[in-house]
Amino acid sequence: MDKRDFLKDAILFIPAAGLLKTLAGSTEAEASTSEGSGHAGGEGNGAWYGMGIEVEKCIGCNRCVEACKAENDVPNEPYYFRTWIERYTVHSNGETTVECISTNAEPQPEVDDRDILRTFFVPKLCNQCANPPCVQVCPVGATFQTADGVVLVDKTRCIGCRYCIQACPYGARYLDPRSRTADKCTFCYHRITNDQLPACVEVCPTQARIFGDLHSRASRLVRFQRMNKISVLKPDLNTEPKVRYAQLDGEVR
Amino acid sequence: MSGSSPTALYEQLSHQLEQVIGYIYPNEVEIQWSILIVVYPFLTGIVAGAFILASLVKVFNVKEVQPTYRLALLTALAFLLIAPLPLQMHLGHPERALEIFLTPQTTSAMAMFGFVYAWYLMGILLLEVWFEYRHQLIVIADGARGLTKLFYRVLSLFSRDTSPEALAFDKRASRVITIVGIPSAFLLHGYVGFIFGSVKANPWWGSVLMPIVFLMSAIVSGIAMVILLYMILSLARNEKLDMQCLDKMASFLFIAVIVDFSLEALDFIHRLYQSEESVKILGELISVKLFMNLVVLQVILGMFVPLALLIVARTGRFVDDMRKLLYFLSVILILMGIFSTRWNVVIGGQLFSKSFRGLMGYKLEITGIEGLLTAIVLLVAPFVILMILLRILPLRRLEDKPPPDAATA
Amino acid sequence: MLAALLGLILVLRFVVLPADLFSAKPHQVAATERERAKQASYAGVSVCKQCHTDEFETKSAGYHRNVACETCHGPALGHAEAPKSAKPPAPRDRKFCPVCHGYDPSRPTGFPQINQANHNPMKPCITCHDPHDPVPPETPQECSACHGQIASTKALSSHALLACTTCHEAEEEHKIQPRSSRPSKPDSREFCGQCHSSEHGVSRAPKVDMNQHGDTFLCWQCHYPHLPEGN
Repeated sequence: MDKRDFLKDAILFIPAAGLLKTLAGSTEAEASTSEGSGHAGGEGNGAWYGMGIEVEKCIGCNRCVEACKAENDVPNEPYYFRTWIERYTVHSNGETTVECISTNAEPQPEVDDRDILRTFFVPKLCNQCANPPCVQVCPVGATFQTADGVVLVDKTRCIGCRYCIQACPYGARYLDPRSRTADKCTFCYHRITNDQLPACVEVCPTQARIFGDLHSRASRLVRFQRMNKISVLKPDLNTEPKVRYAQLDGEVR
Repeated sequence: MSGSSPTALYEQLSHQLEQVIGYIYPNEVEIQWSILIVVYPFLTGIVAGAFILASLVKVFNVKEVQPTYRLALLTALAFLLIAPLPLQMHLGHPERALEIFLTPQTTSAMAMFGFVYAWYLMGILLLEVWFEYRHQLIVIADGARGLTKLFYRVLSLFSRDTSPEALAFDKRASRVITIVGIPSAFLLHGYVGFIFGSVKANPWWGSVLMPIVFLMSAIVSGIAMVILLYMILSLARNEKLDMQCLDKMASFLFIAVIVDFSLEALDFIHRLYQSEESVKILGELISVKLFMNLVVLQVILGMFVPLALLIVARTGRFVDDMRKLLYFLSVILILMGIFSTRWNVVIGGQLFSKSFRGLMGYKLEITGIEGLLTAIVLLVAPFVILMILLRILPLRRLEDKPPPDAATA
Repeated sequence: MLAALLGLILVLRFVVLPADLFSAKPHQVAATERERAKQASYAGVSVCKQCHTDEFETKSAGYHRNVACETCHGPALGHAEAPKSAKPPAPRDRKFCPVCHGYDPSRPTGFPQINQANHNPMKPCITCHDPHDPVPPETPQECSACHGQIASTKALSSHALLACTTCHEAEEEHKIQPRSSRPSKPDSREFCGQCHSSEHGVSRAPKVDMNQHGDTFLCWQCHYPHLPEGN
């Protein structure tokens, strides 16, 4: 075939493709309920879930860590956590040491009380960012944000490339060794959409964790944000975390 | 790491946990991207670099480098064919890899790279090779019989036209594709750099310079690899080396190493001067975990020593054989240095905690899908592919005289 | 021929092959539904109290009113659905309660903590404390029962032999309802001057000229009284 015919056919391809795409697009729109890329699912109930953590209430008992592992079938090994507790010790000489008290690693040697300037526990978990870098980098859209603000992972589509784990600034993600897909805290999505609290919030004995709808007009979380000075982790990365901390010390990363 | 049963993995992680210094987030003990992800940018780097070298002939009319034009193209092709393998093997679910092409998330650099790779392979490299070889394939097919004849007819896509207009079209097409191919090669490896450079969570990776540094080190590795292969092939075929070609390639290599070094030095100085929060842990990373790899292998042995050897080769009035030895040593060191560079970026970036308070260890397994043996196989495979390609596609053009034997001085 | 090929590709892509092969969104919707449908393990306090009203009412009046049932009894949804078959465990040994109440310097001040070695060794906690109403059998005499870190620090300092009540006045009510009645702090320089003034202080204490030293600030605005020598 000569060049003219080739070009003619190629050029006709463009409007033909456009026409078919529009026809197909109208059926596709019925299938999905979302707008924008990376958003899907959730109902139009307008909820926008978040969590509040009062650092000064945490007693470092790890009930939340164990409850999460029990509720969400997280591997029991100390290399996989959807939530964990950190202990910060600020010494009199200005240095800060941190340890994770949720792994069963050897506890750090006890510090002489006279060396301690401040010491406290900080619970950590997936921040369910409003601007999640993990969703941005997933090559296949297996991790996505629901309409109610929870970032989920589709285990049936995740290809296990681990890019999302690299992109998370908070170390909240891990690769589930059994399914070889990425995994992380889901705010116990199956519970919160069923009028229950996430497991970690349920079992916290001092109510250091508060769960709620950031958009509601009356919720414990909204009051929490009214009555406390709020910080988030790594604000300079502009991930817009939805886990808000009160009494967060500047040494916490 | 994917591929092993959990129990073996847990043992590996328990060893890695023991190597932790300071504080790390508990999920960080597992090093996510292994040596396979080190091999991958090494391979694509050589692709981009070899193609840029080839483009010097077609686009910038550097006639001296003509003898290695086809070798550079075939090297690029051989390495490009193997490049996706380490990625596939690394995935938790390689059987789902096609999803990247079917349902790509357009905000993901990794997804978009799949298309860049596909474009480069099919739109640029294969087309370029085809136009370069078309005439010769027809000639070979005409002179062959039976299956060989059919094979070469297929390779030439059953084209028969050897008229001067067709040949002129081949040349023009080749030139156009190369012109388009240069930015495509830049895109190919620059994109890999972007995949790392866009990760704001990781200060070792997240930098504007990352795509540029990756690209320059790719060009360095590509030119070095072509020089190495040219020298080895000439030795194997007992042919005389074109010293002008070799000298020219070495001078391009020299310039490339200077630029690459300048960029890496700039990155280093900039970080040190700006002194952001991460500079402390990164300094610890270099001095505790990466000293041998970075300072000794990458910088001294991988850049300074080859630069010195290249300078000596250029300025000293040496006989051909001495220059060949100097070049040979330089390219070996450079290739080792670039591999080290890839290691330091990929593995190095995962050896410090995002809490900026701790360092981890990486235990390189010997066996297993993400082990050293697999990496070695993947590094050797492109050479095997190249050998096969060289059997099918001759290095010598129809119009070239056969080079003299190496013995005739 | 090319037109036919291109036409075939278009038909395949947009008509024959299913839309969810080329779009992530239907999968994301399905994944959300699957996530929603997962089984829970924890029932939640509102479920427990439907049957165990007595325990709930006892607990609501005591110090453990904000501690969920499943914090100690573990996941109990299975039990809520089939009460006779899956009984949640009730921890009865000494190992469990110190998980929260064992002394740890990082715990917030005011949280009741015990030294496991000293505090009624060998006896299970429930011998004296009803977990649903864990009021101690006797009101603690020592402030260290809730202010352990302060007490440990003070014990190593030059103020070790000073009782807490030397400087702080606390009503008995503070030991029962801590937030309802706060202990006092010395509110004058002369208070510390009773021991530390160079004019009339106590012999063992370091002396300072109260007129010169520290402007008009209260002493504890700079000196930490629980570790006055700093470190």
